[in-house]
Amino acid sequence: MSYGQTRALKGATFAVDEGELFGLIGPDGAGKTTLIRILASLLVPSGGSATMCGADVVRDYQAIRQMVGYMPGRFSLYQDLTVRENLEFFASVFGTTVEQNYRLIEDIYKMLEPFANRPAGKLSGGMKQKLALSCALIHKPKVLLLDEPTTGVDAVSRKEFWTMLRKLKNEGITMLVSTPYMDEAAQCDRIALIQNGDILQIVSPKQIVDSYAYDLFGIESKRPNAVIKALRADSRFQSSFLFGHEVHLSVEMRSIAVDAVERYLLENGIETIAVRRISPTIEDCFMSLMEHNNAIG
Amino acid sequence: MRTLLFLLQKEFLQVFRNRTMLPIIFIMPVVQLLVLANAATFEVKNIDLAIVDYDQSYLSSQLKSHFTASPFYTIVANEVSVSKSLDMVHADKADAILVIKQGFEKDLLRGHQTELQLLVNAIDGSAAGLMNSYSGQIIQGFIQEQIAQRANVTVPHITIQEKFWYNPDLTYSHFMIPGILVILVTVIGMFLTALNIVREKEMGTMEQINVTPIKKYQFILGKLIPFWVIAMFELVFGLILSKLIFDIPLNGSLLLVFGVAGVFLVVALAMGLFLSSVAESQQQVMFLAYFFMIVFILMSGIFTPTDSMPLWAQIVDLVNPLFYFMKVMRMILIKGAGFMHIMPCLVGLMVLSVLMLTLAITKYRKTS
Repeated sequence: MSYGQTRALKGATFAVDEGELFGLIGPDGAGKTTLIRILASLLVPSGGSATMCGADVVRDYQAIRQMVGYMPGRFSLYQDLTVRENLEFFASVFGTTVEQNYRLIEDIYKMLEPFANRPAGKLSGGMKQKLALSCALIHKPKVLLLDEPTTGVDAVSRKEFWTMLRKLKNEGITMLVSTPYMDEAAQCDRIALIQNGDILQIVSPKQIVDSYAYDLFGIESKRPNAVIKALRADSRFQSSFLFGHEVHLSVEMRSIAVDAVERYLLENGIETIAVRRISPTIEDCFMSLMEHNNAIG
Repeated sequence: MRTLLFLLQKEFLQVFRNRTMLPIIFIMPVVQLLVLANAATFEVKNIDLAIVDYDQSYLSSQLKSHFTASPFYTIVANEVSVSKSLDMVHADKADAILVIKQGFEKDLLRGHQTELQLLVNAIDGSAAGLMNSYSGQIIQGFIQEQIAQRANVTVPHITIQEKFWYNPDLTYSHFMIPGILVILVTVIGMFLTALNIVREKEMGTMEQINVTPIKKYQFILGKLIPFWVIAMFELVFGLILSKLIFDIPLNGSLLLVFGVAGVFLVVALAMGLFLSSVAESQQQVMFLAYFFMIVFILMSGIFTPTDSMPLWAQIVDLVNPLFYFMKVMRMILIKGAGFMHIMPCLVGLMVLSVLMLTLAITKYRKTS
């Protein structure tokens, strides 16, 4: 798929198993939305092919629309219709009723129930997200496509949302979720790391952490930016990034010890609060993968 | 079929929940009818006349009194010089100046030819023409009277018996109201449809609809039918108001009016659909619709007869739906024209509706 000169997607080849919760993780502009829109039959790809449950997304788009539930990144339900009316409308255009598939959305809808008669536009971000998910589920889709469902939602709602997705997995619904938050990747069965329209790697969250090939240190300091600057000046250090208030430093396996790092920083006039070895998170792995990819690419 | 019903239900629900929608439907026609039909008039009633009398004679004052007696004229000044009166015209305090030259009476009494000068503010050409002809009539009356008095005989002259067919009192509102109703119906049909569809694009709901099994034709029908119904209702409402307030003539078959309106609305709605697939935002669609609307209205013949337009404009008017509908409305309501008389216009509208609908649907398919 390309926009003018820019190809949004290049080599995205992957297969999702039935009933899997599959994550697409990557920074903004990586091509996640384009990929999901192609699968939802909203975009016709300029090349390549994709099938879901045996239906081609271009040729059999009508079959696709019957079996796919799509939740776009931006809230796109009728803001002037109430929660109940939106739900009923989307159920009816799929030829079903809210009652028929109520069991599927019961847990989510219960949280929405107090606002059943409120216009969708007047809901809070978290409630909007729940309504959008309910509307995408109401026709009992086989595949659920979720484009950055947790963007712009508070931390508690994000957590709740992932709990809901895991419950839906038990219903046998295959899910493809994109997110820019790497910490959410741990919730998926498998994840595809996507950058600049390419899939870098498809792995399970455990695999990706296990395959991390560096020693990792967490450095706490009052001047994290100075720490990064000092570390980047020395080639012994592989990479250093700021994670919250902590600097994560990766080095070749067993090449350097904790106190050596501490000493190096002190020599550069930086006092540290704590330096310790840490085990990598998905985010660390993704950062190193991206860096590796950039070095080659 | 069931899907279409759900779409219609949703659409009406939204329309009637929209707080600006009901005022548009009910207040707009009342205001437009009351304001436009009363305010817009071609009659020139209050002509402010400045008179410059260089003669200061008995006959010149006689002439002046003829103007004073006319209900159309108010003598605002008896100036001593033309330049002073021109200043008044310049300041918009006078509309016209009558100059009576020195020796006016002497010339007339001697049976010589004499001259009067009439200076008219012609910023508004048609008003100037009317003032000119009113003044001519008054001066004619004055001359007739003088001849009769001096010669003491009855001079043979021809009086013209005027009779205005279809609108005997030349009631301006009877002429204007059918035109205003046409505009009202167009606004509902074209603007509201286009705005509504573009709003779905803007809000992203279009995308959500696109991933459902709703077919394109169902979506289009779901959009067109509600506004067709609302616009038809608007026409009925407007006609009732016009009858009650202005007592406009309803000479022809109302059924015929609604029949033609139904076809006309297909053109207007298709136009709205087309504009909505060209535009990306409500702002864009508003400007586009406004542009077409102005051209359509000015060329429709609502103010000026289309027959006096240049030939090219008359040819362009063949694709102007408002031209046909405007004509038909006046023909049926005022003249009481029957089906055969309006046939050519109806055929024109039908051709336009097929063309416009095809264009709009093809364009809509391609874009989404």
